[in-house]
Amino acid sequence: MLNFAIQIAFAMIALAMLLSLYRMVRGPDATDRILALDTLYINTIALLVLLGINTDNSAYFESALLIAIMGFVGTVALSKYLLRGDIIE
Amino acid sequence: MNIWIESLLAFLILAGASFTLLGSIGLARLPDFFMRLHGPTKTTTLGVGAMVIASAIYFSVSDPGISLHEIAATLFLFITAPVSAHLLAKAALHIAQKPVSEEDRPG
Repeated sequence: MLNFAIQIAFAMIALAMLLSLYRMVRGPDATDRILALDTLYINTIALLVLLGINTDNSAYFESALLIAIMGFVGTVALSKYLLRGDIIE
Repeated sequence: MNIWIESLLAFLILAGASFTLLGSIGLARLPDFFMRLHGPTKTTTLGVGAMVIASAIYFSVSDPGISLHEIAATLFLFITAPVSAHLLAKAALHIAQKPVSEEDRPG
């Protein structure tokens, strides 16, 4: 039962990532693309956590945490650049 | 593994995946940026939270000892999601994006 649920969840998250990718390619503005990138990395965290359960390996979790930190810094830097035209003033 | 724990894990994983998918559908379908901001920042965060809780329960049951370091990721995500959403909304206001007018909204 758990394996079946995990397979379905993999498919759903893959679909979610495709939808985020569609928004990132389509735009129409820079903020939409940043938001889509933000969603994409959060989806990646979900995918990695799921992969950790599927393979019974807790090491995937560390990479998920790294992606969370780096993704947040990236989103803040990109928004800051749009807001001020500069990242570090 | 106990059948009850397995059902709980399956439920949490499916709920988390559904919320993640709903957030992305909102991101792809809603008409303007300020509406699109809602989907990923609320729904997707909850979905990842449910999935991380499922992971914490799974590794607490399968490995000896309680596994709590997954909760750190959820906490980090729950703190950073509003911050990035706030900055994105400010950036969108700064480059003067307009919300769609009342009559153009679907439904």
